[in-house]
Amino acid sequence: MIRENVLNAGILLAFAAVPLWALWADEPFTITLATRAAILALAAVGLNIALGIGGLVSLGHAAFFGLGGYAMGILAHHAQTYAPLEIGPLTIAGTKSMPVIWITALVASALVAWVIGKLSLRTTGVYFIMITLAFGQMLYYFAISWSAYGGEDGLSIYVRNGFPGLNTLVPIQFFGLTFAVLLAALVLFAALRSSPFGLALNAARQAPARVAAVGLDPARLKLVAFVISGAVTGLAGALYADLNRFVSPTMFSWQLSGELIVLIVIGGVGRLMGPVVGAALFVALEHWLGGLTEYWLIALGGILLGLVLFARGGVIGLLTGKAGPHV
Amino acid sequence: MSTILLIEQVLNGLQFGVMLFLMAAGLTLIFGVMGLINLAHGSLYMVGAFAAAAVAGVTGSFVLALAAALAAAALAGAVIEIAVIRRLYAAPHLDQVLATFALILIFSEGTRWLFGSFPLYLDIPDALSGPVTLPGGIEYPRYRLALIAIGIAVALGLWWLTARTRLGIRIRAGENDREMIAALGVDISRLYTLVFALGAALAGLAGALVGAIQSVQVGMGEPVLILAFVVIVIGGIGSIKGAFVGALLVGLTDTLGGLFLPALFRLFMAPDAATQTGAALASMAIYILMGLVLVWRPAGLFGTRAA
Repeated sequence: MIRENVLNAGILLAFAAVPLWALWADEPFTITLATRAAILALAAVGLNIALGIGGLVSLGHAAFFGLGGYAMGILAHHAQTYAPLEIGPLTIAGTKSMPVIWITALVASALVAWVIGKLSLRTTGVYFIMITLAFGQMLYYFAISWSAYGGEDGLSIYVRNGFPGLNTLVPIQFFGLTFAVLLAALVLFAALRSSPFGLALNAARQAPARVAAVGLDPARLKLVAFVISGAVTGLAGALYADLNRFVSPTMFSWQLSGELIVLIVIGGVGRLMGPVVGAALFVALEHWLGGLTEYWLIALGGILLGLVLFARGGVIGLLTGKAGPHV
Repeated sequence: MSTILLIEQVLNGLQFGVMLFLMAAGLTLIFGVMGLINLAHGSLYMVGAFAAAAVAGVTGSFVLALAAALAAAALAGAVIEIAVIRRLYAAPHLDQVLATFALILIFSEGTRWLFGSFPLYLDIPDALSGPVTLPGGIEYPRYRLALIAIGIAVALGLWWLTARTRLGIRIRAGENDREMIAALGVDISRLYTLVFALGAALAGLAGALVGAIQSVQVGMGEPVLILAFVVIVIGGIGSIKGAFVGALLVGLTDTLGGLFLPALFRLFMAPDAATQTGAALASMAIYILMGLVLVWRPAGLFGTRAA
């Protein structure tokens, strides 16, 4: 059995090594796949804050992923058509600058996460799952019927947005950027988990009545976790839209919310590196099995059933020999 | 706006509502009795629709098609209950979500593998096709009226089953205290399989009935499943009465919202912008309704407990 710290370091090194190898072997598509995995991992790290530490099974995180995507799509669309965005008396120029887009994505998804969280956290358990799912679906239908930004067809952005000092059109540079953002999110997750806030949140998951008895408000802790979680997933959405240079309502789809949970569970719920392992395996399986058969999702379904029924604790749980993370 | 249009839309809303009820009733029963959240309920809806389309394609009989839908969905339900679901009753909700999500993947791709990606079509039987003239000179499709009647009949049947039969007593007892009824000698695992198959059969029936007015295709179940969740959240988990009221509310809000909201915005906005804003808001109307109910009554209209 391997110690989790050693394993985590190994996972990160391997994750960074694959695109470097691909650069040396001149396989740009592998770099794109690794970038996709890094972005999905980032989205799942966001969800892991709510799901892993807070125990909030949100089946609507695609809402934030999509919002991030549309934040990028709308700003870049206005920049590429040279038509400023007019909201009532406000006039906002579009932008092709990633930092501005990221901040917009973070703020927009945090705000929406606050509203959705405020409503859904009035309930718990199964109600919470169904309500987050329903709110995700609401935004999906809203995006479809909102014809100003492409409706069902989505928005294409012709040139990838820029980051000061980098040429984001070079695959390895864009990968480096997303990997750096992923590392920052992992640092945030680790810091949150061991902070007084994270400890209180973890306690609120296990015994809300006791947390309330010592004078902390469990609902408030969960709401803050949900907002941070939504914001990180929103940032991932902005990067994902930039990777594809395309946004469409499918970024809001409930399947995506389900897949984000799947990523976390494959790796291990509440583990620092759970989402990273999950995303890397998911993208690898999708590429490898998807190349073998059109019906690879049947195999994924079988693997998932096996994990749920026989290997609680995911891949990291199997490798470290410990079913649950300790905090 | 004419009265005829309004009545038509109300009937459409009722028809949509009773079909949602068939889905929501099964989900709420399964949750109430076994405490399980079943994402794969939409797959059972799809199984019913495909079984009906396949049998109707071979035999040409709509009655046989409906029977096949009921049988196939109930069988699929019983099989997954015995193979997978019964291991999940004591598991956390996250495991239930994940395992039933895995079942969706297997059902959807399996169906695509068997039937291909092209939608199938199920014809409305001759006896129920064509319009019928209602009092007041309103023409309305006979088949949609039949759907409303079937939905109401099923609702009454379910009420009778839970309130007046021995099986119903066991189901209600199972909701209240499963250890106690197991101790009293009721074979609880058989009861669970039966309830799951019953819920599955209702979903399959809904799939076949709706399949005749829409196309039968892979992935048809999930949008309906999510609406059924909204219905349950509004009505209160575990309550069949709540599912019925919630389903009618959602059905009517959806159809009437599409009619009234654009008209409402036209009163104070430019027609073009009004149509767009109205349509966008109409697509969100039922979720706004859900939000309002949650603020007012977090356990749903007829819910007794916050699960």
